[in-house]
Amino acid sequence: MEHIVIIGNGISGITAARHIRKHSDKKITVISAESDYFFSRTALMYVYMGHMKWDHLKPYEDWFWKKNRLELKKAYVSKIETDTKTLHFQEGGSMTYDKLIIASGSTTNTFGWEGLESKGVLGMVTKQDLEQIETYAPNNKECPRAVLIGGGLIGVELAEMLRTRNIEVTFLIREENFWDAVLPEGEAAMISRHIESHGVDLRNNTNLDKIIANDEGKVRAIITKETGEEISCSMVGICTGVKPNITFLEGSGIETDRGILVNRKLETNIQDIYAIGDCVQQREAIGNRKPIEAVWYTGRMMGETVAQTLCGNPFEYNPGHWFNSAKFFDIEYQTYGWVFSDKKEYEAHFHWRHQDDTKCITIAYNKDTHEFLGINTFGIRMKHEVFDRWLSEHQKVDFVIRNLKQANFDPEFYKHYEKDIFNSFKENLQQPQL
Amino acid sequence: MSKIEHNMSMTGDAPASVSTTQKIASALGLLGLFILLLALTNVDFPNKTLFLSLSLGLIAAGTIVFANDAYRGKHAGIKNDGVWLKAFTNRGLSAWVIGIGLTLFYIVLYWFPEYLGLNSEGGNTGVISLFDPLSKLINGNPASQWFVYGTLYTLAILVFGYKFILKYRHNNYEILRTFSVMFFQLGFAFLIPEILIRLNQPYFNPANLWPLNYDLFAGYKIDEFFSSGTLGLMMFAFGILSIFVISPILTYKYGKRWYCSWVCGCGGLAETAGDPYRHLSDKSQFAWKVERWVIHSVLVFVVVMTIAVVYSFLGDDSKDTWLTQDVFLWGAAGFLTLVFALIMIFKRQELAKDAKYGAIGYFVIITAIIGMNYFSGNNQIFFFQGYQLRSWYGFLIGAAFSGVIGVGFYPIFGNRVWCRFGCPMAAVLGMQQRLFSKFRITTNGGQCISCGNCSTYCEMGIDVRAYAQKGENIVRSSCVGCGICSAVCPRGVLKLENGSQDGRINSEEVLLGNDVDLMDFLNQK
Ligand SMILES: Cc1cc2nc3c(=O)[nH]c(=O)nc-3n(C[C@H](O)[C@H](O)[C@H](O)COP(=O)(O)OP(=O)(O)OC[C@H]3O[C@@H](n4cnc5c(N)ncnc54)[C@H](O)[C@@H]3O)c2cc1C
Ligand code: SF4
Ligand code: SF4
Repeated sequence: MEHIVIIGNGISGITAARHIRKHSDKKITVISAESDYFFSRTALMYVYMGHMKWDHLKPYEDWFWKKNRLELKKAYVSKIETDTKTLHFQEGGSMTYDKLIIASGSTTNTFGWEGLESKGVLGMVTKQDLEQIETYAPNNKECPRAVLIGGGLIGVELAEMLRTRNIEVTFLIREENFWDAVLPEGEAAMISRHIESHGVDLRNNTNLDKIIANDEGKVRAIITKETGEEISCSMVGICTGVKPNITFLEGSGIETDRGILVNRKLETNIQDIYAIGDCVQQREAIGNRKPIEAVWYTGRMMGETVAQTLCGNPFEYNPGHWFNSAKFFDIEYQTYGWVFSDKKEYEAHFHWRHQDDTKCITIAYNKDTHEFLGINTFGIRMKHEVFDRWLSEHQKVDFVIRNLKQANFDPEFYKHYEKDIFNSFKENLQQPQL
Repeated sequence: MSKIEHNMSMTGDAPASVSTTQKIASALGLLGLFILLLALTNVDFPNKTLFLSLSLGLIAAGTIVFANDAYRGKHAGIKNDGVWLKAFTNRGLSAWVIGIGLTLFYIVLYWFPEYLGLNSEGGNTGVISLFDPLSKLINGNPASQWFVYGTLYTLAILVFGYKFILKYRHNNYEILRTFSVMFFQLGFAFLIPEILIRLNQPYFNPANLWPLNYDLFAGYKIDEFFSSGTLGLMMFAFGILSIFVISPILTYKYGKRWYCSWVCGCGGLAETAGDPYRHLSDKSQFAWKVERWVIHSVLVFVVVMTIAVVYSFLGDDSKDTWLTQDVFLWGAAGFLTLVFALIMIFKRQELAKDAKYGAIGYFVIITAIIGMNYFSGNNQIFFFQGYQLRSWYGFLIGAAFSGVIGVGFYPIFGNRVWCRFGCPMAAVLGMQQRLFSKFRITTNGGQCISCGNCSTYCEMGIDVRAYAQKGENIVRSSCVGCGICSAVCPRGVLKLENGSQDGRINSEEVLLGNDVDLMDFLNQK
């Protein structure tokens, strides 16, 4: 029986395993060093916040794996010998495979600051990171203040976590506004105000210079680059993004750049070895997508695709229209299609914001053809299926604005803003600034 | 096991720990309860009206001040910080104390009302006597233990309803349905029946439907209706109409939530006072299995019991009316057969493996009916009196299950244990909801991140995530449509909707977002 080995029990590895099982009877082994069972990485924050316990993060009950004959192994793969198709474990022992899927995910991205190795300096990517946070920031007596470096989605989650335990948070971001490399200015500014309204000390245009430890090697303060200010703190959260987790592949012959290089069939340069999820770098970017996409949904889609290929229906990875979502404290965010903060030359934006400063949308469209290109929506839920269809149909922006109600996905009895948005759009059109 | 897998409360500070204002508010509320406790120990208050008002007022004020401090002036949004870190909401010591306290209260209420001050002879004493002034004001009679219970129950729904509305004030669905349960509890469940008593009419709560109200067809009740002129007949007619006509129509249009989350008093208490415990429901597949067996057994029990009670009420066939025992029995059997046959013919697919259980339930009832016909005589059903079956039901299900376990164990098993495992009304509405309803929870394309908030906060123990992460709609008989899964979802994935029957039960495994060809390919298979 063909033995398929998957390194990584995250969403990509597990999706691949489940789908291979559905379509075949192959022997499947999933290896991970992080946790016994698949858990939802996206929900790590809720454990610290007390919304959920660890067990709630597991999407499948523990009996599921045995019942579906998915063998789980907890071990760290330290070396891959591709010519003998053998994996070696750090704990000792080895395992052979017929086909190998690497789904090793990401690790925290750092920039080699001085003091990085101090105790209490941590990222927020793994289960072990969560345990560290629980150790260094259990409450506001042990940790009166934490400093977070880098404003992205993980940073804002960490800020929200710490605020639930009344820990003061200083949040250093390089940019003018939170996440404004991705969000257009109006939105980034609104989210920045919202983050501050939750008692976060948001420092824009501020970089980290170095981290200072006390005699026991535990972080005591940080120094900012711009002003040289010393901010004392008991924990430093590194939230400057993630990078593919591929160091264990060194010397294996598997070709990597920033991530594991794959073609559209998700094949690496070595036969019978595939890679999916966060650890992957597309040799050629797909459409407007970045070559490395560290999001949940793409991992899942790659898992679905590679499972087909391995079960004899070779498929290319061909993701549909881009979509994503997040939540910034109390404000939900969804996006469909492309809205660039740094507008492309053909791109125009229509921005609407509610006066309560917790809801807004930005619609991007082609300024010549008026084709609808994408939408960012904050505080209003929208239907994935509808925008996916409109994008495929190349609808015009006027059509989208006129039919926006069809796309609303807010719970029943919620107030609707389509009329407001429509009027605002009409007014905007009358001004020639487009 | 590592710390986070075990339980962080060992080290972690409960983040939203109680503020000074909240402590004072709790003290006020407890003072109100303390007055009741004093009355219980037979302290004879000089001015009962004053002390009763004081007591209820303090309880209300305490809760309101507490809620204001907890939610007012804070951001509107999901307020689940620290739920699993606090003893009170994570089965810690205080949870057990409350649970045991409530359980004892129910035991005394159902079986030892004399300890509350109900005397078989002479006026009330104890805590019941404290409620005499209010009872006389509303229904003209001295209080009973049920009046005391009804008052406290209504008060709880009102003040905790207020708290719930503040907590979910960003969510209009939650606000409206909470106003609705507050209205139905105060008006329909509390005031109307009491005022009817004052007017010398039968006690009747129009919002309490059979089979939840298992006494609706008890002999004494039917006698009461028929001896109360037009109004009594109207009540009886309404009772029948609401089961066979009104409720199926509403469930068809809106799902069982119209009752369970908008009208019902049991649901009302669970949603308001029980809200802090909704996450304690068991989500395992095993619990789901147990649920289906238990709740449908209760349904079978109540149907057989009601048939038996009506059967013995009708008495022997000598009365001169067309509705004889035989007509009734065969009519009931015929009706059930028709319903069963229709379901099997038109809804086999939807039922899938549940069909087997449906068939078992059906045959138990039919056998019971036939048994009644052949083994009964001189008012006996099988070998005992019909009313005995009713009193067993009342003891086991009406009191022990719905009260003692259902409410007493809120802090341990969650707030909807009764609604999920026990309520025969929920079973009937659930079947309708599963098979003939427009209601479903729609999932939003590929947006689910499998975080688990929805499943954790589903009070009915439905593993919502299992559907959402596959992009499948949630069409479950037990869903009471509380809307909390949709509220807590951080990615806007879930929406409660009434829509067309087409594609209501979908089971596309591949989620939106991936290659369209691949999706088509997989869905063909
Ligand atoms: C805090 C946080 C919040 C997020 N929120 C969102 C969100 O809201 N939406 C969204 O779309 N995305 C979100 N993401 C990103 C998303 O979680 C990732 O894209 C996704 O989990 C990647 O899945 P994966 O299967 O590729 O890898 P991972 O989930 O990282 O799994 C890889 C696994 O492989 C194991 N592994 C690696 N190397 C080895 C080895 N040599 N031997 C053994 N085991 C190994 C790792 O320990 C790990 O368990 C979030 C990420 C984080 C950290
Ligand atoms: S599925 Fe959602 S709406 Fe239904 S009972 Fe559970 S939480 Fe409430
Ligand atoms: S809460 Fe929302 S995102 Fe989380 S598992 Fe449920 S449906 Fe998915």
